[in-house]
Amino acid sequence: MHDFDYEAPVDLDTALRFFAERNGSARVLAGGTDLIDQIRLGRYAPDLLVDIKKLPELNVLECQEGGLRLGAAVPCSEIYRNETVVSGYEALVDSCRIIGGIQVQNRASVGGNLCNSGPAADSPPSLIVLGARCVIASAQGQREVPAEEFCTGPGENVLQQDEVLIEIRFSSRPPRSGSHYRRFTPRNEMDIAVVGVGASVTLDETGERFVDARIALGAVAPTPLFAREASESLTGQPVNDETIARAAELAQQAARPIDDMRGTKEFRIHVTGVLTRRVLAAAIGRARGEEEGTRIGH
Amino acid sequence: MAKKRIVTTTINGKETQFLCQPRQTLLEILRDDLALTGSKEGCSNGNCGACTVLCNGKAVNSCLILAVEAEGAEIETIEGVAPVDGLDSLQDAFLQQAALQCGICTPGFIMSAKALLQEQPDPSEEDIRFNLAGNLCRCTGYDKIVRAVQDAAAARQQV
Amino acid sequence: MASTSYKVIGTRPIRHDGTDKVTGRAQFGADIQLSGMLFGAILRSPHAHARIKSIDISQAESYPGVHAVVTGTDLPEQQQKVAHLGEGDVNLYHLSQNVLARQKVLYKGHAVAAVAADDIHIAQEATQLINVEYEVLPPVLDVLEAMQDEAPVLNDDVRTDSMAGEESKDPTNVAKHYFYEKGNIEKGFEAAHVVIEREYRTSTVHQGYIEPHNATALWNQDGQITIWTSTQGSFMVRQQMADLLKLPESRIKVVPMEIGGGFGGKISVYLQPVAALLSKKSGRPVKLVMDRASVFEATGPTPGSYIRVKMGADREGKLTAAEAYVAFEAGGFPGSPVVCACMCIFACYDVPHGRINGYDVCVNKPRSNAYRAPGSTHAAFAAESVVDEICERLEMDPVEFRLKNAAQEGTRRVDGVQFARIGMKETVEAIRDSEHWKSSLEGKYRGRGIASGFWFNVGLKSSVTAMLAADGTVSLLEGSTDIGGTRASLSMQLAETLGIAAEDIKPAVVDTDSVGYNDVTGGSRVTFSTGIAVHNAGLEMRRQLIERVANIWEVKVEDVQYEDGKVRGPGGKEFTFRELAAKIHATGEPITVKGTSGSENQAGAFGTHCVDVEVDPETGKVDVLRYTIAQDCGTAIHPAYVEGQMQGGAAQGIGWALNEEYVYDEHGAMRNATFLDYRIPTCCDLPMMDTIIVEVPDPQHPFGVRGVGEVPIAPPPAALVAAIYQAVGVRMRELPASPPRLLHQILQR
Ligand code: FES
Ligand code: FES
Repeated sequence: MHDFDYEAPVDLDTALRFFAERNGSARVLAGGTDLIDQIRLGRYAPDLLVDIKKLPELNVLECQEGGLRLGAAVPCSEIYRNETVVSGYEALVDSCRIIGGIQVQNRASVGGNLCNSGPAADSPPSLIVLGARCVIASAQGQREVPAEEFCTGPGENVLQQDEVLIEIRFSSRPPRSGSHYRRFTPRNEMDIAVVGVGASVTLDETGERFVDARIALGAVAPTPLFAREASESLTGQPVNDETIARAAELAQQAARPIDDMRGTKEFRIHVTGVLTRRVLAAAIGRARGEEEGTRIGH
Repeated sequence: MAKKRIVTTTINGKETQFLCQPRQTLLEILRDDLALTGSKEGCSNGNCGACTVLCNGKAVNSCLILAVEAEGAEIETIEGVAPVDGLDSLQDAFLQQAALQCGICTPGFIMSAKALLQEQPDPSEEDIRFNLAGNLCRCTGYDKIVRAVQDAAAARQQV
Repeated sequence: MASTSYKVIGTRPIRHDGTDKVTGRAQFGADIQLSGMLFGAILRSPHAHARIKSIDISQAESYPGVHAVVTGTDLPEQQQKVAHLGEGDVNLYHLSQNVLARQKVLYKGHAVAAVAADDIHIAQEATQLINVEYEVLPPVLDVLEAMQDEAPVLNDDVRTDSMAGEESKDPTNVAKHYFYEKGNIEKGFEAAHVVIEREYRTSTVHQGYIEPHNATALWNQDGQITIWTSTQGSFMVRQQMADLLKLPESRIKVVPMEIGGGFGGKISVYLQPVAALLSKKSGRPVKLVMDRASVFEATGPTPGSYIRVKMGADREGKLTAAEAYVAFEAGGFPGSPVVCACMCIFACYDVPHGRINGYDVCVNKPRSNAYRAPGSTHAAFAAESVVDEICERLEMDPVEFRLKNAAQEGTRRVDGVQFARIGMKETVEAIRDSEHWKSSLEGKYRGRGIASGFWFNVGLKSSVTAMLAADGTVSLLEGSTDIGGTRASLSMQLAETLGIAAEDIKPAVVDTDSVGYNDVTGGSRVTFSTGIAVHNAGLEMRRQLIERVANIWEVKVEDVQYEDGKVRGPGGKEFTFRELAAKIHATGEPITVKGTSGSENQAGAFGTHCVDVEVDPETGKVDVLRYTIAQDCGTAIHPAYVEGQMQGGAAQGIGWALNEEYVYDEHGAMRNATFLDYRIPTCCDLPMMDTIIVEVPDPQHPFGVRGVGEVPIAPPPAALVAAIYQAVGVRMRELPASPPRLLHQILQR
């Protein structure tokens, strides 16, 4: 494995200083479940790893008036173990429960999943549909980027060399909202999405009409995708098979997949439609407060 | 070469210090430096679970943790599971159920199952399967492993 | 035979090595630590097909911390010579080049050079300093393409060897042509009412053992070499090492470590000779361990295949003829198990007229190796799928069809072999009578399938030593490495023979200097063949004990009986085994006996599986809802481990059927050499697996044992595609029936 130094600062300023000084030869170490393998494979050859798990700012997990604050280093399992904190953000919990096995979930963070910027990553579609904002810090100050704008290509994102993702913020959820993330994988667990779909819906008082909807797709384009037209097609529309099918079709049109070892183009486009329908149905059910029965891998 | 570090951890209840390079994984140090070879290396990229240890009570893949990250942590490995006299109920159940053939996956399964039973003393079959999905076994087809964990859960409820 | 007459056989004692394995104390191959030990790393080819123009190791040699660098030229040159490794032969010329490439690399991952250094990181860095100049050649990756005249040829020395002895003139990828015939095939098809002919493809799949290959070697200053390694055959490692290094076997000692799965893939040597060369050059012990990607890319998977099967049956559902064309991708060097596929393909049935052609074909993939019932799974997938279509056309119940056509004692296979007492029919009856088959399957997109499978099971040679201790226990030294509980199954047979408890046997798997010759742990042979050796040792121990007692009592040997762990003589005289053991040292020489086996051949084993699936018609995903395995196990020595073999074999077959495959890019690089993308089943992908142990004892074994390890992998793919057909109406003729492939078929429908 490539040789590197290691620092584990306990305050954010020190951490940011490393990145300001290292001209891109430093990398953030959060859970390490992607990074360590990538260094072993020679994909990255950093000279310094900055372990951010000791920074208090990156470990917040709290729900306040303004919404949910999720530190970039909080491991996935902490998120679903604190189900009351994240209640209302079901899609986020869905994602955290399927990233790797338990051993990975105990280390990997949503922040790391996002910064790794894999096209098939399981958390970005959920962040997008929940309207998350990414809080980015550098020695110069902070800025916020909407989740759908964070990734810019496979393994690429908006972070500059001296910047670190420190937190993900979510607005509070309107009443009668529900969200869901689901992916298609050949195996039921321990797999990587061939297609991933997240959706969040808000219904009116009758529960029969969409007030708002957001749909996002994973593994069907170089980056996670906000399916804007599919989402907007539902606004103000009645909840029925037709409107859902129409949204699914628009989601399929937004997909720009490739053929690869995990699935063909034909397969991915087809399954994008199938999952969009299923995910919307589940999100609607949750918005209505209905009981759910899910099976592993479905 | 990057500067070596002295790391202080608790391993199987005993305070342990070791010297490591930052690029060495916890698995590498456990196996090569501390002679704790019960944790196995099946893939070194987090896909097989053979290297599972508990870090502060939670199951983790030691092949995906740097040894330097273990500073101040409490680590438990398969070598720390059995009491001085006899075996843990999980170990007993694996033997009774014949839940191992070659046995290379067994330490990882026992560690994952231990973490599960600490959190969920009475798991359903589906809970067990979900929580063990990060551990691969190529020999058994999992049937007897799942039964062993069910038996161990029952045995723990009795004491 | 009523197994109830046994005291030990058929019980479920705790395995002798169990505590070590659940506490992490068992020493697997990679666990060994020797003082002064170096770590090695291998440089592998980035190309699937290339000529090596030059290798420059000078920079690597002078890198700080490096102690030795070796390349193919450090291995002695080999002539074309075939070595017999018990189960399967190997051409040493090819084996040597597979261990370290010389003129050419034939697959991505092919080993080219190796380094030994102070630690693994330095060794890996140094491999990157080795400069190899390649002339890249076009690869050929598909069996049918490789058979074409214009295909790139991998090996200059390979000619088509047909069974009639003639050879092709020019170099070719088609290394072997097998041909078998029985009766008059044309007449057979004329008599048929239904004839079905179909083509099948299967992908390359790997054994997927969780423990990577490993080898630690010490080339001592006195010229003695010791190898610590995980292997299915320590004596085969010794023999291959001796042949490859051109040394007498007596110079080499192989210490078998605990082995973390093999399934046929840990018989051939890969790292062992390289570790030895590195140790010789460095003067230090050297450890080599593969990473997972190398295990996939550079050890022997089982071949991808093309199979065409044609079968005919009359109106009553009696098979009239069967024909097969079987082509296997051997990988870079010849030696696929296509011959086994040819012999297995119609073995479940009484086929009056048959013809089989088989081809062993080189392609730019890793050299293939045995994988659990090698060749039989491919064969069963094709033949059983055709049988399912015949049943459909005849509107005949698949159980009834199988009962009507099942091979039995006296049936002659197409390849000429006549069956001894076998239990094919009994396994079908067991499924017919099972709760599973009798239950009704309800729900949309659900289907049920059954299929049968066959494996020969081999005999081969074994030796054991048994030593009586004064406290009444018996130490058992064996050389068959224990992959799945054979210490227990052998100890139980010795215990049964001696009439003592399984716990009173202390088994140990020892090195090649410490026990007589043993063939591989493979071919489902250990419990059978080493079991016979153990039984023979037990009988000899009984004989010596009787003699001793006759001496003590001063009676004739004929007047002493050995029964139930007791020795009885005239006038009610009696010693228990324990009492007698306590007297041994005081009354004569120690009792140390040996047992051997080697002349017995197994009769073969059959299994029939039944599976229920649910298919998601919108995604092509298959869920296995229920699975039942019926298998003829002769006599189950330790039923729990027999069940385990059945379950584990079926699980591998399910993985093969649904998701496992090597995916290549056009340059011949494997795209999915990780456990993430090479998808073996996790515990969320399988249900509990019900087992029905059928016992039709094999008369050639004293307790009626049949090997159980291999046959359970053969039926699952065929059973699953039959179930998928029932569920959604499409016939999958290509494996794996992965979601994209299955959905494609569903959408085409
Ligand atoms: S070795 Fe760590 S997960 Fe496989
Ligand atoms: S027992 Fe061999 S891998 Fe699980």
